[in-house]
Amino acid sequence: MTKKTAAIVGPGNIGTDLMYKLLRSAVIEPRWMIGVDPDSPGLGRARDQGLEASHEGVDWLLKQDQLPDLIFEATSAYIHREYAPRYAEAGIRAVDLTPAAVGPAVIPAVNGDEHAGAENVNMITCGGQATIPMVAAVSRATPVSYAEIVASVASLSAGPGTRQNIDEFTRTTAKGVETIGGAETGKAIIILNPAEPPMIMRDTIFCAVGPEVYDEGQDAVAESVHQMVAAVQEYVPGYRLLQDPQFDPPTAYTRGQTKVSVFIEVEGAGDFLPPYSGNLDIMTAAATRAGEGMARKVTSA
Amino acid sequence: MTVFGNPTLNELERTWSDDLDIRLTDTCLRDGSHHKRHQFSAEEVRSIIAALDDAGVPVLEVTHGDGLGGSSFNYGFSRTPEQELIKIAAETAKNARIAFLMLPGVGTKDDIRQAQDNGGAICRIATHCTEADVSQQHFTLARELGLETVGFLMMSHTQPPEVLAKQARIMVDAGCQCVYVVDSAGALIMEGVADRVAALVAEIGSEATVGFHGHENLDLGCANTVMAVRAGATQIDGSVRRFGAGAGNTPLDAFVGVCDKLGWRTGVDFMKIIDASEDVVRPAMPEECQLDRMTMMMGYAGVYSSFLKHAGNAAERYGVSGAQILQIAGERKLIGGQEDQLIDIALELRAKQDADA
Repeated sequence: MTKKTAAIVGPGNIGTDLMYKLLRSAVIEPRWMIGVDPDSPGLGRARDQGLEASHEGVDWLLKQDQLPDLIFEATSAYIHREYAPRYAEAGIRAVDLTPAAVGPAVIPAVNGDEHAGAENVNMITCGGQATIPMVAAVSRATPVSYAEIVASVASLSAGPGTRQNIDEFTRTTAKGVETIGGAETGKAIIILNPAEPPMIMRDTIFCAVGPEVYDEGQDAVAESVHQMVAAVQEYVPGYRLLQDPQFDPPTAYTRGQTKVSVFIEVEGAGDFLPPYSGNLDIMTAAATRAGEGMARKVTSA
Repeated sequence: MTVFGNPTLNELERTWSDDLDIRLTDTCLRDGSHHKRHQFSAEEVRSIIAALDDAGVPVLEVTHGDGLGGSSFNYGFSRTPEQELIKIAAETAKNARIAFLMLPGVGTKDDIRQAQDNGGAICRIATHCTEADVSQQHFTLARELGLETVGFLMMSHTQPPEVLAKQARIMVDAGCQCVYVVDSAGALIMEGVADRVAALVAEIGSEATVGFHGHENLDLGCANTVMAVRAGATQIDGSVRRFGAGAGNTPLDAFVGVCDKLGWRTGVDFMKIIDASEDVVRPAMPEECQLDRMTMMMGYAGVYSSFLKHAGNAAERYGVSGAQILQIAGERKLIGGQEDQLIDIALELRAKQDADA
């Protein structure tokens, strides 16, 4: 089949890492890199890889005779909210890596197929991409009344956007834990750790499930978790379960519920970003996967 | 007041009485929440607030140990919702101002608004001591709401004075009125405290006050706090009877006595606070805060004090050494908030033990 064409908007670290992943795609051809600063090293790197790079912004892109089938937005929520209607008008589908949340939230391993036909999809947060699959794994095996995720990332991998909007991270992730993870109530905690050498992203997922699961449902939950880890590994090879899922019996400290704990680590592929920043890698890997799903849908339509 | 190193203090907009040389904050209802495994009852909070308010402690902090929104699997669920406890404290205190703690990444701006609605007057925002920029949006909001603001640079032992001073600058520029050197691990020793406090005074002293929050893990709470005051700190944290995380906080009751002896005016009545310590605070404590194998290891390895109970739980659950968990936590440079990683360490130790057996 012919590859679908894509433009990456935002030639920063994320956009550049994404470019290297898309260059390997069997269904997407990254053809344009769009920025606003002529001196951006990201634009230079894109040219080196054979992309057409412009510093004249999306306005330039939308004036071209040939338009991309897909746009990957790696700028800011503010910019994406402004431009999303114009992408839609031009018939271009958008994969949004910002927190703008214009379109439905997508976790490829959980609901990727569901939204492959959407004109705009949002990638939630890095913590969400890493943890929501585990919540969904538990909740498809047994009802989850409450799920809580703790994401620890290296300080160096958290840019000014995340830092100044840390509330948005916790709120958006918690919402995804509920709507996509399937927990009745969700909570998210993020820690930025400055240790040297930088720590690889680690995430812990706690789920409250029925008291009876402690005696008779452990195997089903564990099996579902292992399967979901394998599904995420298809697009994030560095996604690893650190321990078998742990089960704690219902007590007053667990509010009478069985506590399920899942410990994972996310090591990046090192395409452009350093391997410790698995939090960023899982975003670009998930965006690539989501975009490929959309590209296939366009083809078959 | 020549003993204090901050000559510009009087030019600041002081948020407390000129009759006080230093302003004390008791945190047994916040840092003590760790020791209590977050199980405070409404009645305990009411009686402790009443007694410490009557003794003249000017600021009383009440929150889940890990700050607003801390009630969780990771840190432990609160027996009584913290917002309810803040409300009870505000209704009970006649003179003291009620403070609350929040950690960006755990709590949110909505929690701050709610705490203010419940009577909280001082918003204390804590970040790891290299990550101050995550607090900017919260300081901005707190000032807009008319709250008094305090910034906490946690785990201050991990960074040299000049790094801390730069981080303090970020907080002050965002609207923070007092920045604390926070010895979360109880790992700082005497001059280590003085140098850090002095660096903050030099950087922000004309715009904000400097505070010190000490822990007892190497038995230096009062001594370190005296050093902090001599270096220019004017806001001081402690917990009556050490009621706090790790081996506990600087004992506020003893420190009031120390201040009396040194002629530093705190506004707290020594007789009343030692009575409150024995008659009101002690009965609410599950046990005394102790210097033991676990807590000394925390000071020695530089581990966040609230890891104590969680390391103990994981050690018991998996049949491994709690002190060893803490030692590895120090080696891995875990910071406040990463309690989940203690379970992972315990599982690794268990696997190693099984393999060796």
